[in-house]
Amino acid sequence: MSTATTTPTVLIIGATSAIATATARCYAADRARFFLVARSPERLAAIRDDLLVRGATQVDTYALDLTDLDGHAAMLAAAKAALGRIDATLVAYGTLGNQQQSEASVEATLREWHTNATSTIALLTLLANELERQRGGTLAVISSVAGDRGRRSNYVYGAAKGALSIFLQGLRARLRKAGVRVVTIKPGMVDTPMTAHLRKGPLFASPERVGRDIYAAMRRGRAVVYTPGYWRLVMFVLRAIPEPIFIRLPL
Amino acid sequence: MLDPTVREYGSWGRYPRLRPRAVVPITWRDELPDLAALPGSVLPYGYGRSYGDSCLNEGGTLLDVSGLNRFIHFDDQTGVLRCEAGVRLDQILATFVPRGWFLPVTPGTKFVSVGGAIANDIHGKNHHVAGTFGRHVLRFELVRSTGERLICSPAEHADLFRATIGGLGLTGLITWAEIRLKPIANAFIDEEQIRFESLDEFLALSAESADRYEYTVAWVDCFVGGGRYVRGHFMRGNHDPSPERPKRLPDRTLRLAVPVDLPGIVLNTVTIRAFNTVYYHRQRAARVRKVIPYEPFFYPLDTIHAWNRMYGRRGFLQYQCVVPTDGDNAAIKEILDRIRRAGQGSFLTVFKTFGDQPSPGMLSFPRPGVTLALDFPLQGAATLRLLDDLDAVVRASGGALYPAKDARMSATTFRASFPRWQEFARYVDPHFSSSFWRRVTSEDGRSA
Ligand SMILES: Cc1cc2nc3c(=O)[nH]c(=O)nc-3n(C[C@H](O)[C@H](O)[C@H](O)COP(=O)(O)OP(=O)(O)OC[C@H]3O[C@@H](n4cnc5c(N)ncnc54)[C@H](O)[C@@H]3O)c2cc1C
Ligand SMILES: NC(=O)c1ccc[n+]([C@@H]2O[C@H](COP(=O)([O-])OP(=O)(O)OC[C@H]3O[C@@H](n4cnc5c(N)ncnc54)[C@H](OP(=O)(O)O)[C@@H]3O)[C@@H](O)[C@H]2O)c1
Repeated sequence: MSTATTTPTVLIIGATSAIATATARCYAADRARFFLVARSPERLAAIRDDLLVRGATQVDTYALDLTDLDGHAAMLAAAKAALGRIDATLVAYGTLGNQQQSEASVEATLREWHTNATSTIALLTLLANELERQRGGTLAVISSVAGDRGRRSNYVYGAAKGALSIFLQGLRARLRKAGVRVVTIKPGMVDTPMTAHLRKGPLFASPERVGRDIYAAMRRGRAVVYTPGYWRLVMFVLRAIPEPIFIRLPL
Repeated sequence: MLDPTVREYGSWGRYPRLRPRAVVPITWRDELPDLAALPGSVLPYGYGRSYGDSCLNEGGTLLDVSGLNRFIHFDDQTGVLRCEAGVRLDQILATFVPRGWFLPVTPGTKFVSVGGAIANDIHGKNHHVAGTFGRHVLRFELVRSTGERLICSPAEHADLFRATIGGLGLTGLITWAEIRLKPIANAFIDEEQIRFESLDEFLALSAESADRYEYTVAWVDCFVGGGRYVRGHFMRGNHDPSPERPKRLPDRTLRLAVPVDLPGIVLNTVTIRAFNTVYYHRQRAARVRKVIPYEPFFYPLDTIHAWNRMYGRRGFLQYQCVVPTDGDNAAIKEILDRIRRAGQGSFLTVFKTFGDQPSPGMLSFPRPGVTLALDFPLQGAATLRLLDDLDAVVRASGGALYPAKDARMSATTFRASFPRWQEFARYVDPHFSSSFWRRVTSEDGRSA
C-alpha cells in the first residue's frame, strides 16, 4: 500500500455511528487513510464508498462485535498492519439502553454496562499500550454529558459513561509523557439513530455539527470537549445544584 | 444554537400543521422496513423544504430519509455522481465545488435532498437553458411497497421513471440516484443587476438575456401600481470562467437565526412595503455588475436560518404559478392587480421566465411561460379568497400551480394544472399517499 506521509491515518471503532461518520468525513477531506471497525459488513461498505468519494485515499474495513473482548487484539493487529502508524483513533460505539428495562433486569443493566464501560475500557487498555509504544497519536473517545451527573432518567447509561470519563482522565495523565493526547468527548443531545425515538427540541444538534467539533478537538488534542460548546455551561450549572434539590428535579 | 438540519417534520410554510402517526427513520439502504406493514399510508420526507402539505401525511407514516446521506460513486471524467437520496444539495456543493463541479440545477435553498429535488422536479434560475432537475437524473432505484427494488431510467421502467420525476413521493421510495454535475472553473458568479420599471421591460430583459446568461431571475415589488405595473431588479449571471479565482470558499456557517416565532404584526403590509422600498433603492445605479461567490447569488435566504418564523405562528402561504406568455400578458397583469387591490403583501416576489426544454415528469410543473412566486402572511379567509381568485386567472390562462408551494389549491385547479394526472395516478404505489394527494384527488378538493 502507498503511504503518503502527509495524509493522516485514522482508526475508527464504531465507524457506523452517525457521529463517527460525520467526523470521518472531515478527515476524508484531508485525504486520510482509514481503518473502520463495526459490526455490519454491509454498513461498513456503504461508509467506505462515501469516504472514498469524499477524498479518502484508502479505506479498510473490519467486522467485529466490540462486546467480544477476545476479538480486540486481532482487530488492533489488523489495523496496525493496514495503517502502520495510527495518527488518530476515535472510539465511538455505544448504546443508549432503555432505563426502565435496566431497572427491571440485572441482565439488561449489565449488558449496557458491558457495551458502554467494560468492553470500551478493555479496548482502551490495549489501545493505550499500542499508542504508548508508538509514542504519539491522538486517542479520542465519545463519552457523554450524561456521565457528568447521575439522573433518574438514564443513570445506567450515565454511570457507564461516567466511568469511561474517569478512566480517560487517568489515561490522559499517564500517556502525556509518551506524547499521546487523550480527548474525552462529551456530546449533548444529538439527532442520530440512537435518539430516533426521542422528540427533537431546540437543544438537539446535528451529527454534522458534532462531527466538526470532534474533528477540530482531535486536531488540536484538546482534553475535554463538550459539543456543542454550550453544554459545558449547561453541565456546569447542573453539577452545581445541591443534591437535595437535584433529586427532586424531573430530569 | 439552532441547527438547520435537525428535523421537526413540518413543512416550510408551517401551514397546515398536520401530524403523522409515526416517523420511521431510514438509515441504511439495504435494511428497509416492510413498507406495507407500516401504520397507515407512507410518504418519504426529505428536509421539509416544501411549503404546504405535499411533504406531509396526516395520520400516516413519514419515512425520514435524511439518514440516507452517503455518496456512492463519482466519476471525475464525466461528472456523474451516484448518491443516496437523502443527500442534501449543500453536501454536494461542499464536496464538489472545490473540485470544479456544480449542480446542474439548484433551487433557492441548498437544504433540500436529491430525492426531494426529483420528487418535485425542481427548477432553478437556469431553467431557460438547463430545464428541470429531472433532465439531469440518469437513473435511480425505486422501492415499492411490495418490496420490489426497480432501477428506473429512460431505458428501464421508463414509465415509472417519468412518473417518479415530479411524482411528489407517491410512486415509491427513491433510495439512490445518479445525477450529472457540470464543470465550473471557480466558485464565483459574474452577476449583473438591472433595475426595471415595467412588465414589458422585465420581459425584454428576459428575452435579451436568454442566450447570453445561464442564470436569470427577477425580484419584484408588487405594491407599486398605477399603469407601471411592476418595478424590480433583474439579476443575471454566468459562472466566472477564469481559472485564477479560487474554487474553495472560506468556511461560513450560519450566523443569523430566527429562534422563535415573531408576532404576526412584524410582517404586515406596512413593513413589507417599507422593506420593498428600501430593497428597491438600495441599488443606486440602474446597473451594477460584480463577481460574487456562488452562495449569496443562489441562496441569499439560507444565511438566515428558519426565516420562515418571521411570519409568526400562523405560518404563511407561498403562491407559485406559471402562466403562458402571450401578446398582452393580461393574466400576469390581472394577478398583480388583484394582489394590489386586496392590499395583501408579498415580502418576496420572484419572477422568472421558463424556457421550452420539455420537463421529463408526468406531473412536472415547469412549462414555457412566466413563473411568479409570492409569499402571503396568512390572514385568514381573506387571504384564501384572494388566492382562489388568482387560481381562476391562472386556470383561464392555461397555466399551473406548483404543488411544492401549495397548501390550498382545489382539485379543479390541480386537474387543470396537470392534465396527465390520471395517467400518473396509475403509477402511485397503493400504500403511498400524502395530505396533498388526498386533498387534490378528493371531490371537493379541500378536505384532507
Ligand atoms: C427558500 C426556498 C427556496 C426554494 N426555491 C425553489 C426553487 O427555486 N425552485 C424549486 O423548484 N423549488 C424551490 N423550493 C422548493 C424545494 O426545492 C422543494 O420543495 C424540494 O422538493 C424540497 O426538498 P426536501 O428534500 O426538503 O423534500 P420535502 O419537502 O421533505 O419533500 C418533497 C417531496 O419529495 C418527496 N421525497 C423526498 N425524498 C424522497 C425520496 N427519497 N423518495 C421519494 N420521494 C421523496 C416527498 O414525499 C415530498 O413529496 C424552495 C424552497 C425553499 C424553502
Ligand atoms: N446521540 C446522542 O444524543 C449522544 C449523546 C451523547 C453521547 N453519544 C455517544 O455517541 C456515540 C455514537 O453514537 P451515535 O449518536 O452516533 O449513535 P448511532 O449512530 O446509533 O451509533 C452507535 C454505534 O454504536 C455501534 N455499536 C453498538 N454496539 C456495538 C457493539 N457491540 N459492537 C460494535 N459496535 C456497536 C453501532 O453499530 P451498529 O451499526 O453495528 O449497530 C453504531 O455504529 C455513542 O458512544 C453514544 O453513546 C450520543
